[in-house]
Amino acid sequence: MTEFLIRVIITAIIALVYFGILLLHVAYATYFERKVIGHIQMRLGPMVVGPHGLLQPIADMVKLVFKEDVIPSQVDRVIFRIAPLISLVAAMTTFSVIPVNQGWYIGDINVGLLFVLGIAGLGTYGLILAGWSSNSKYAFLGGLRSAAQMISYEVSLGLSIVGVILLAESFNLTEIVQKQQQYWHGMFLIPQFVAYFIFIVAMFAETNRVPFDLPEAESELVAGYFVEYSGMRFGLFYLSEYLAMFCMSALATICFWGGWTIPPVLLKAWPWLGNIPGIVWFLLKVYFHIFLFYWIRGTLPRYRYDQLMLIGWKVLVPLALLNIVVTSIIKYIF
Amino acid sequence: MERAVERDIVHTKELIVNMGPQHPATHGVLRLVLEVEGERIVKCTPYVGYLHRGIEKLSENLPYVSVLPLTDRMDYLASMVNNIGYCVAIEKLLGIQVPERAKFIRTMMAEMSRICSHLVWIATHALDIGAMTVFLYAFRDREVFLDLFEMVTGARLTVSYPRIGGVRCDVNNEFLDKLYNFIDKFPKHVEEYEVLIDRNRVWLRRTRNVGVITAEEAINMGLTGPTLRGSGVYYDVRKFFPYDAYDRVDFEVPLGKNGDVYDRYRCRMLEFRQSARIIKQCIEKLPEGPILAEEALKIRMPTAAVKIDKKDIEVALYIEDKSIEEFVQKYPEVYASVEAPKGELGFYVVCDGTAKPYRLRLRAPSFVHAGALPKLCEGGLVADVIANIGTIDLVLGECDR
Repeated sequence: MTEFLIRVIITAIIALVYFGILLLHVAYATYFERKVIGHIQMRLGPMVVGPHGLLQPIADMVKLVFKEDVIPSQVDRVIFRIAPLISLVAAMTTFSVIPVNQGWYIGDINVGLLFVLGIAGLGTYGLILAGWSSNSKYAFLGGLRSAAQMISYEVSLGLSIVGVILLAESFNLTEIVQKQQQYWHGMFLIPQFVAYFIFIVAMFAETNRVPFDLPEAESELVAGYFVEYSGMRFGLFYLSEYLAMFCMSALATICFWGGWTIPPVLLKAWPWLGNIPGIVWFLLKVYFHIFLFYWIRGTLPRYRYDQLMLIGWKVLVPLALLNIVVTSIIKYIF
Repeated sequence: MERAVERDIVHTKELIVNMGPQHPATHGVLRLVLEVEGERIVKCTPYVGYLHRGIEKLSENLPYVSVLPLTDRMDYLASMVNNIGYCVAIEKLLGIQVPERAKFIRTMMAEMSRICSHLVWIATHALDIGAMTVFLYAFRDREVFLDLFEMVTGARLTVSYPRIGGVRCDVNNEFLDKLYNFIDKFPKHVEEYEVLIDRNRVWLRRTRNVGVITAEEAINMGLTGPTLRGSGVYYDVRKFFPYDAYDRVDFEVPLGKNGDVYDRYRCRMLEFRQSARIIKQCIEKLPEGPILAEEALKIRMPTAAVKIDKKDIEVALYIEDKSIEEFVQKYPEVYASVEAPKGELGFYVVCDGTAKPYRLRLRAPSFVHAGALPKLCEGGLVADVIANIGTIDLVLGECDR
């Protein structure tokens, strides 16, 4: 019994540290975003608070926490309060099984991949309920859009990963990473490039980022599902969006880019690369994906609702199915 | 039983969404009441008037010269063209011949204004559709033009630069050099925007076959400017009723084909280049000479006994009642129009022989274009409304006057 309690306490401490570091990453991801987009748009981004604006995320957070929390009179109060928490909890829980290095995780379960997808899908409830409970037409439209979008893109997201699962023969995230070491290039990205493409597109849609940021399309629906939110509740939605981005990037890294490992061919050529801790490679790969989010945000316009559905159901899903069939056949033959 | 279901239990109703007057994409204070069925627009009703300042009525109580600054406040993105339009109308009323140099300066300034206005259009249009970067690129270029305006006129937006019978002050070589250098590079900048959006599948999908308006419909609705030319109708005030120096510069009028959002976008993108061409020619051909007509000087006799020579024309602010009378006998009312960036901007002036206009009526293209919104939006999706507002390039200051 005491042994069990100690294990619980240790896990709790690890989880707290893990999420502390994670939240700091999220805070600075906003800074990174503003800098990247700033430079794409030939301006400097935040420069005032701290050297090169480095304290800007902290200032933003302080501002959000101390803002008055306005709850409009016509909203459904209970759901209105719970909705951001649902999003946040779902986004955070996904990280409990994501390993960031060999053996660095909070929980290692044998269906890790399914767990991540399942929990990430729950986050949609937060968005829909927020849109519904706000009792505002823009929020309502935003909520409906997010429901439709999440459902359609979750299908292609899930199907795209099936190829990886077939090759790795496992749902366990650590094993998926280790299986990629069998190739000279050390990633599933190359045999599964179609799946990776689908995953990337679906990833943008899942996290409501440009060009699929329809649920919050600022020029159409003002802010979409969180139009009535203010203060920290608004901040929680933001937080969960960025957490979802990190989660999806981490998933892409683990499933397609070999996680914390580096390609064996590189290791053979330059053995000293092996001295660099795996977490560095992992973070580099994750931040590459995060950068991709920002890069696309600085470049692309927004899709229209019907076009979004068209791409989801008529392009991505058939492509993902085809990928599964081809992968299975090749796997069976060899 | 089935009927009961239809009537009572399954009762669907269109959702009424009130878009505006405060909405990030309605370009000011346009208000659209949309009836939507899901995402599809069933009915769209524009409401205007939130920026009404009574410019037409105000000008009935002001001397002719003092009306000029009011016109700045109409299409505040291209105030120079409004000023020129008013001046052209009053010159026609009084039969004043504008000196050549002033004509070329005006043409040049009008085209600069057109580029400025189109830059704001491409910036906001792209931003509405979701391409954020174009916004900042376009505003960077607009800044250069605004600085140039400031060099000559002292103001960036509300310039009040042209005068009845000419322009207020002369341009110097420094200004011309700067303008020429920038205009030389400018078509490359336009290409930069095109790289960002024109070869982008998302942009094409969002704009092609959206908000289609045929040539016939466009004419019937009284559309003008690029909004009309996007439907393939060849009409441009600068070509049909040339004013200022437009008959002496060489330029083309870009036309669209399908009349969708994309064609109107193409038209305006090509107009950037034509405007740059006109400005270049104006700088090259700019003649020497006076910048204000002699008759204008006579009319501008101030009531206070201020001695006037050509240099400090600025003191002259009032029109002498008597001198105007003889002109008025001949031309009691007049309509003159110019090609503003948004479309045909008309000034209808009725004169009763006093120093103030009896009636000044403005034909504002934005107002006419706002009337085309229901036609453009109905049947489309919510996202198309935004594209359509962007494509007709509304400025509510001009629409509501």
